[in-house]
Order: sequence, then C-alpha cells, then structure tokens
Amino acid sequence: MSSLATTVEPQQESAALSRARYRVTGWRVLRSEWAKLWSLRSTWITLVLGLLFLLVFGLIAAWQFESGGLDEDFDRSTAVDLSLFGVPFAQLALGVLGVLVTAGEYSTGMIRSTLAAVPRRLPVLWSKAGLYGLVALGVGTVGAFVAYLVGNEILSGTEAAQSLSDAGVARSLLGAGLYLGLIGVIGAGLGALLRSVAGGISVLVGALILVPGLTSLLPGSWEDNVSPYLPSAAGESMFALTHDASTLSPGAGLAVFLGWTLLVLAGAAYRLRRNDV
Amino acid sequence: MIEAQLLTKRYGEKTAVDGLDFTVKPGTVTGFLGPNGAGKSTTMRMIVGLDAPTSGSVTVNGRHYAEHRAPLQEVGALLEAKSIHPGRSAYNHLNALALTHGIPRSRVDEVIDLAGLGSVAKRRAGAFSLGMGQRLGIAAALLGDPQTVMLDEPVNGLDPEGVLWIRNLLTSLAAEGRTVFVSSHLMSEMALVADHLIIVGRGRLLADTTVQDLVRQAGGDTVKVATEDPARLRDVLAGPGVDIVGQVGSEELHVTGLTTREIGLKAAEHGIPLFGLSARTVSLEEAFMDLTRDAVEYHGTTTAIDTLGRVA
Repeated sequence: MSSLATTVEPQQESAALSRARYRVTGWRVLRSEWAKLWSLRSTWITLVLGLLFLLVFGLIAAWQFESGGLDEDFDRSTAVDLSLFGVPFAQLALGVLGVLVTAGEYSTGMIRSTLAAVPRRLPVLWSKAGLYGLVALGVGTVGAFVAYLVGNEILSGTEAAQSLSDAGVARSLLGAGLYLGLIGVIGAGLGALLRSVAGGISVLVGALILVPGLTSLLPGSWEDNVSPYLPSAAGESMFALTHDASTLSPGAGLAVFLGWTLLVLAGAAYRLRRNDV
Repeated sequence: MIEAQLLTKRYGEKTAVDGLDFTVKPGTVTGFLGPNGAGKSTTMRMIVGLDAPTSGSVTVNGRHYAEHRAPLQEVGALLEAKSIHPGRSAYNHLNALALTHGIPRSRVDEVIDLAGLGSVAKRRAGAFSLGMGQRLGIAAALLGDPQTVMLDEPVNGLDPEGVLWIRNLLTSLAAEGRTVFVSSHLMSEMALVADHLIIVGRGRLLADTTVQDLVRQAGGDTVKVATEDPARLRDVLAGPGVDIVGQVGSEELHVTGLTTREIGLKAAEHGIPLFGLSARTVSLEEAFMDLTRDAVEYHGTTTAIDTLGRVA
C-alpha cells in the first residue's frame, strides 16, 4: 500500500504540471480588471459626469466672470482659477466611481469570483487602483485643459485671461489632473478598505468636504498647523496657481497627498490580505 | 483531489467547522451532505481560499489553492451565494475571469454553450432568473477545464430540466476522471448522483461512507411478515445472516437477510399461512435523518405549537 502511494504521487505531480496550460500573471490581472472596468455602464456614466462637471462648472464660472455676474471675491480671479471651478464637483464623481470599482465587488458578491481566480489577492488591488487612477488622471487632465482652453477664450480681453505659457498655468492644470487621478486611487482604496459602497462614499465625502470645515473648531494655532496637511488642502495646493504662508507649495502638497493615498492603499492591502470574504 | 486535515473555522464563539478530516478522490462524485448550518459552505470557501482556516489545513491536488499557478484550472467552484456583478453581461463576466488566466475566448464561448446560456450571454446577469444564475455560476466553474469541480447546492432554483442537466453533468465529469465535490442538504438528490458521501453536522464529520454502506448501517432492507404461527416461521427462516425480530403475542416478524420471495416460498414449503408480506426499504433520507438528528441546527417547533394549541 505504501509503495503504491509513493509511486503514484510523483506521477500526479508531473501530470498536474504538464496540464498547466494557463497561468495567472500580473499583466493578465491588469487586462481582466481593464475589461471589468469598461463592461459596466456605471463606469461610462460616472466618467462622463465627472468630465461634464469639470467643463460645465468651469465654463459657467468663466462666463459669469466675463459678464460681471460674480461678486467681488472673484475680482482677482485668473483663467486657471475659474476654469478649475468644477474640480470639487468632479472629484466627487471620480472618487465615488473609485469606491464603486472596489466596494461594488463586495456589495454584489463579485469579489468571490475575482479572488477565486486570483487567490493571491493583492494583484487585484494594485490593478484596480492603478488602472482606475490612470483613467481618472486622463479624464481629469483632459477636462482641466479643455475647460481652461475654452474658458480662456471666453475670458480673452478681461484681466483674468492667461497664456498657457504663463508661470504656473500648465503646472496647475496638470496638478488638477493628477489630483483627480489620485482621488480615484483613494476612492478605490477606501472601497477596498471598508468593503461597503455607502461607507466608502461617506468617508470620502467626509474627508474631502466635512473635515476641512471641522478644523475651524480647533484652537487657532492648531488649525494653522493641521489644516494645510488635510487631504483637501494638500490636494488643492497641487493645482492652485498661487500659494501663501498658510498653504503648502505644489511639490509639498503633492507629497502630502501621495502620503494620504499610500496610507489608504496600505490599509486596503492589509485588510484584503487578512480578512475573509 | 481535495484533502482536509483537522480543518477548523471559528467565528468568535461559534465553531462553524470543527476538525474536519476527509479526502475527496478523483473519478467519483462525492456528496457533501449536512443540514443547513452544518458548515458545508464555509468548508468550500476555505477550499478555494476565500476564508482562512482558524486551524488545520485543506489542499487541492497537493497544494494550498492560492499556491497554484492556474487556480481555475485546479478547482472550478460554484459557491452558494451569487458571485457576479449584476450589471455585467454573462459573456463579459466569464471573459473577465478568463483573462486572468489567459484562457482563450473560444473557451468562454464553449462554456456558454455548455451551460445553455447562448441566447442570454449578452444580457445583464442581474436580470437572470435563479436558474440562469446557477447556470452562469456553473459555466464559470468549468471555465478553466478544472481537474476538480466543486459545486455548492447546484440544483437550488433549477427547473426539472436543469436538475437533470446537473445530474448528467456531474456523472460525466466524474467519468472523465475529475474530482467532483457537490454539497446538498437533500439526501434524495445526492442519492441519485453521488457514489461517496461525506456527511457533516454542526461542523463535525458524521460519516465518510458510500451510499450502500450508509443504507446497510441504518438497518438495511427489512421484510415485515405477519403469520398465524410466528414461532414456527421463525424456526423455518432461521439461518446464517438472517436476523429476525418479533414481539411476544404479536403476529408480526421483522426479517432482515431474506427477500419477500424467499420468505414466501419457505412458508409455502412448510405450509405456514401468511397474512402479510412486505418489504420495507430504509430510505437514504431516513438514514440521513437518523445520522444528523442531533446535529440539526434549527429544529422545527411542532411541539411548541401543540402545547400552545392545547393551552388555547
């Protein structure tokens, strides 16, 4: 009996290896996630919505400025400021889609199919966050540039008009695209970390919109020290044209915002590796 | 080949799977039976690495599932809960899974045809009926042409045609030499397809047996015979391998080890009049119920209702 067992096992082993026609690779997981992203209607709808927010709000701001419909707070606005008026709205659309990309798999049960196919798990997270980050970066960058180019046409002749070669203009527009791309990554990370669409969206909106308001409750000196490092403020430093003592420089803003992104991704990776699904 | 060693899963205080030891061998259909809440689905999730065992281990073809280069080629699994995104079409769902392994599109088309989903492959999976959803899950399980096929309650929600399709599929997969592991809480369904049975209750192994052995253990086939002279009939029928049970003052005997035909012939030979002669086959269902009675998680509450009725 024991001699039979020892002769059978090596044969089974070699048979299993020769049968292995297929193989999971990082590149294939990327291709799979790419196909998944575009095979859902919600992706198209939300991306179009994000792009529309960028264009429509940017152009409305430009129009209103040109026709004198904005109040005096905006008197010193530039074409970049006005055309990036839609960024806070677009960040919601793109961030929510990021949450859906990961948390949507948990709410539907798709995650079980996904992780049965890729049981090492982490390649799924990197693929989802990376691919969707690039898509959001693409949409954000295109949206920012188009909003600026069209908005600047509307603003030509006013003191807000700027040339793309003016100091900081191109950097601001690229920064806005990069910010929106990283928002997408953060959304995907939050979705994977919280495994809930509602939870992911709540935390995303809370961190970007509610928390900045709450810092005003802190004592003055704290507020000055904490506020610039919050995700929203650090992110805004990436695409703001002008910076003062109370804000970070674009480079520092990018570094801090990248830090937040990596923090969320690390949490997501930890939970993905450790927890049952 | 699936091998579980002291496989255990605890959720806080509750032990869902308690030291399971079993082997599922290739070439046969192995039924995984147990009442609801017996830990079948948890065990299956541990086999494909979705849940991590608290202790013990389970391997597929000699390795942990996650260590395989092409997991879908090792085990194709249909899990109990839906594992699809309702917004994606059946084709896109299968194609996305295929892409992770480099499985060609032609294989995606093949499993769609195999599962009879050809006409609905481009429709959103969310609009599928329960039966269609099961078929899609089975198509996904077969995608990697896996050596081991593991299906959790596959006949749930299927119409009679679908049930028949599953039965034929399971037996043909086993005939091809694959390992087939199917869970169910219905013994009657398992009896039709399974050769081997692994029976669990409250996370524990109750029996690792074959269908025939289970029936034999549960009392086998008994013949009930009523006669004018039970004492004499008893002497006439007595012999090696024959077991006769009767009560004093009763005309009835319960005989095992002889068929109705043999009993009738012997009685006639000795001129003993018979009033009744009937075979009583212990159904697998009964055998299963006996085995799992103590392990049923949620008993019906007929007695409670009776009591209430009497009070009222």
